[in-house]
Amino acid sequence: MSNIKDIFVTPLGLNNPVAAQVLGICSALAVTAKLGPAIIMGLSVTAILALANVVISLMKNTIPSRIRIVVQLVVVAALVTIVSLILKAFVYDVSVQLSVYIGLIITNCILMGRLEAFAMQNNALDSFWDGLGNGLGYAIILVIVAFIRELLGSGSLFDWHIPEFAYENGYLNNGLMLLAPMALIILGCVIWFLRSKKPELQEKN
Amino acid sequence: MNTNSNGYTIAYASILVTIVAALLAIVYSALNDRIEDNVKLDTKKQILSALNIKDDENAADIFEKNVKHYVMAEDGSLKEYDGKFITVFSKDTNVHVFECNVNDTIKYVLPVNGAGLWGPIWGYVALKNDKNTVDGIYLGHEGETPGLGAEIANEKFTEKFIGKKVFGEGSDDILLGVEKNGKVSLPNHQVDGISGGTITSKGVDAMLKDGLSKFKAFLTKSNVSAESASSAVNVTPAITSAPAAADSSVSAEGKGQDGYGDFSEVEKRVDMVDSIHSEVKKLAK
Repeated sequence: MSNIKDIFVTPLGLNNPVAAQVLGICSALAVTAKLGPAIIMGLSVTAILALANVVISLMKNTIPSRIRIVVQLVVVAALVTIVSLILKAFVYDVSVQLSVYIGLIITNCILMGRLEAFAMQNNALDSFWDGLGNGLGYAIILVIVAFIRELLGSGSLFDWHIPEFAYENGYLNNGLMLLAPMALIILGCVIWFLRSKKPELQEKN
Repeated sequence: MNTNSNGYTIAYASILVTIVAALLAIVYSALNDRIEDNVKLDTKKQILSALNIKDDENAADIFEKNVKHYVMAEDGSLKEYDGKFITVFSKDTNVHVFECNVNDTIKYVLPVNGAGLWGPIWGYVALKNDKNTVDGIYLGHEGETPGLGAEIANEKFTEKFIGKKVFGEGSDDILLGVEKNGKVSLPNHQVDGISGGTITSKGVDAMLKDGLSKFKAFLTKSNVSAESASSAVNVTPAITSAPAAADSSVSAEGKGQDGYGDFSEVEKRVDMVDSIHSEVKKLAK
């Protein structure tokens, strides 16, 4: 069992897909302007990644190595499409909120990265935990970045807003926070923080 | 079995693709009816939301009772529409107008669509009885950037449109639109754009101008007949208001045919500019 625990826990911190493996940066920049969508995106990636990991891990012995990336892509795309159709049929409101992210999930490099690096070599159960761990590790980073960006950029968190008296006394929202470059800088700071706390992440030059 | 041989690879790919395609087809056909119903209901909710009716529970009933679906004929008159209910993006050459009876006042909802930064955007513009004042607006998008372009769907943005006029005073130019934040020059018609969402804001602007121009025949119909019911059809509305005349020489030229006064105004200005030029030249010497 300790093995499963390791597989699940390390991606949350030490081997975080965004901060340590530097995967999924593009979507991390795109969806972190607000906290709500960031959480939705994090959870949808987690669900799809866990599912895709299991499917690929079950198929791994039959997949011809020359077209394995194509096979992985087809599986992910099919899963994402089916999930999105089911959402549209049964919880339409949620699917409207998610519509932006569905497309981003397919192109998310964390999926391809984990399928290729983990699911192709490990059994279904381990792959499931790996998908869950990496998805949540991704979600944590999204939440951290989105928290900073929404608070400083829009002056709000979900439905909470910075009280009026702050603005009356000269406080201003930083519009730069809403733009993608600031997301990259914040992400850089998060990685910097993580690496300074965990020296084992630093490369030896 | 050798999983690296050409034959195996080709067979594997073909079978995989067939299975996936069949799976998708089955799921799609099983769920399609439900999805279409959801889309229709959602469209009705959007139309009602443009009319500031936000009762999600009974949206279908309220819509049935209060909204009449018309198509616009070329001369601007409305004809009853009894075909399939359509959404903004249905391929349909008819120009659809929804006439709504809200608390005994007639309002019109006009569907428009356009392009944002990443994908399509659409809107439902509700106009008051005068076919000029915006009563409410619903803006939708498929995939604009959250926190930036996606803010067009936010009520904080859409409520800014309430009370704006579609047409310039005494003209049939559609002025309703979105202008870059802080650059609004026609506060009766323009709304502040979203900073960081410039391309989406421009998309909304273009969508309103293009989209509403399709309804011009309908929108100007009663206006013209109210002003001069007996006169000929091709009377273009005269430019009488001072701000329009003082606008710029370009607009004066564009409307020169029905605004002779404007030309003399322009000529005066040209003379003035010439004299200033010569003054400057003298000073330079």
